[in-house]
Amino acid sequence: ERSNLAGVRHILLVLSGKGGGGKSTISTELALSLRHSGKKVGILDVDLCGPSIPRMFRVQDNDVHQCDSGWVPVFVDQDKSISLMSIGFLLEKPDDAVVWRGPKKNALIKQFVADVAWGDLDFLIVDTPPGTSDEHISTVEALRPYKPLGAILVTTPQAVSVGDVRRELTFCKKTGLRVLGIVENMSGFVCPHCSECTNIFSKGGGEELAKHAGVPFLGCVPLDPQLSQSLEEGRDFIQEFPKSSAFPALAHITQQILDGTAQQSS
Amino acid sequence: QVALLDIDICGPSIPKMMGLEGEQVHQSGSGWSPVYVEENLCVMSVGFLLSSPDDAVIWRGPKKNGLIKQFLRDVDWGEIDYLIVDTPPGTSDEHLSIVQYLGATHIDGAVIITTPQEVSLQDVRKEINFCHKVKLPIIGVVENMSGFICPKCKNESQIFPPTTGGAEKMCQNLNVSLLGKVPLDPQIGKSCDKGRSFLSEAPESPATLSYRNIIQRIQEYCDQHHFHEEKII
Repeated sequence: ERSNLAGVRHILLVLSGKGGGGKSTISTELALSLRHSGKKVGILDVDLCGPSIPRMFRVQDNDVHQCDSGWVPVFVDQDKSISLMSIGFLLEKPDDAVVWRGPKKNALIKQFVADVAWGDLDFLIVDTPPGTSDEHISTVEALRPYKPLGAILVTTPQAVSVGDVRRELTFCKKTGLRVLGIVENMSGFVCPHCSECTNIFSKGGGEELAKHAGVPFLGCVPLDPQLSQSLEEGRDFIQEFPKSSAFPALAHITQQILDGTAQQSS
Repeated sequence: QVALLDIDICGPSIPKMMGLEGEQVHQSGSGWSPVYVEENLCVMSVGFLLSSPDDAVIWRGPKKNGLIKQFLRDVDWGEIDYLIVDTPPGTSDEHLSIVQYLGATHIDGAVIITTPQEVSLQDVRKEINFCHKVKLPIIGVVENMSGFICPKCKNESQIFPPTTGGAEKMCQNLNVSLLGKVPLDPQIGKSCDKGRSFLSEAPESPATLSYRNIIQRIQEYCDQHHFHEEKII
């Protein structure tokens, strides 16, 4: 019997030590960018307490259906080029809290990894909650037989965030998960009124960490109100705001991922 | 007399923010000693138990719960006026455990932090529901990162736009108090990174004013609550 992940070419995890630093944003923008490069992408949202992905694609009211091979992922449009799975789709009411201890979370994650009928995908992006606990251990264990491409670590520039992402790097090392690189998110804000750049959350911490840890630095993504607005409305930022300040950085990150997979094949 | 207990076991930020990185916890006959920032402010965190800033705490729920229990049972806190518990994001083991273990004593309530945008609010509504489920009173909500004033041109930008009405609307809808809004100030991150008190370093910042107002409201809530408790007795 063919596994549900047999048609998935590359699996990518997005991790962070800290909450609120933009993992789901990076996962979403990466998916949109890869789609614009002609790839078929799936996002598996294993943040069971705070599932952000459905809303970022404006499909938060969708339901999930079953088929013979398991759950059918939710397609974000007619194209069927981006599909999603999240606990967000399984909740009766959007404000329902998932108040589960580890074992129950682990059981659902195993199901999410094995029982979603993704079909053929170029990339499966796995968006995670912050930390190094049940969800992370279970996800990595369940994905191990499918040899994930690796993990992207998202940090904001300041030391307090970097401090936790260092621990996330150790998690990757201990679990044998390759680190594709570090993204420094929320790195600088350009005032739309006068163009003055302010480093609201400091600057450079992510780049320094990448150097110190010997992993690739994928780039700095600035704070961009147009990006925040796009995510709020579930819009395609990559298509609609190519002149926006965050666009070049996001496009560059995607290109490095694509270059990495091209190298892999050759 | 204040104690700060950091139960974010995977991402313990408090030691760094308090300028206590590298400090260790000592054991004595009366238990673990918390680390003192000042005579009337002490801290406990898993951060003090780790030997390197690269050490990861890769634990499943039960082990995290065990450490939280130890923190509550074995730390020699002394006489304190306020025990503040900093939690990780979510509604899982740490949150269930802290409420359960403190069940025998009394929790004044929870202060819930959000940023203005719906992506954050949608998770905070769940957190509010969690509090209702476990009968944890809600002191109120703080809207953090609420607007940014450019230091050059003084115009305000909503970096995290309140597209669905921000915390204000959510609090109205859910009948909880909005304790206040804290604007973005680059000095906050800087002070935290240096382990220094932002309130002391930037006493004139609008963010400082916001913090102080919020803290006053929290104290008022706790005082009122205490008064009612005493009345009942």
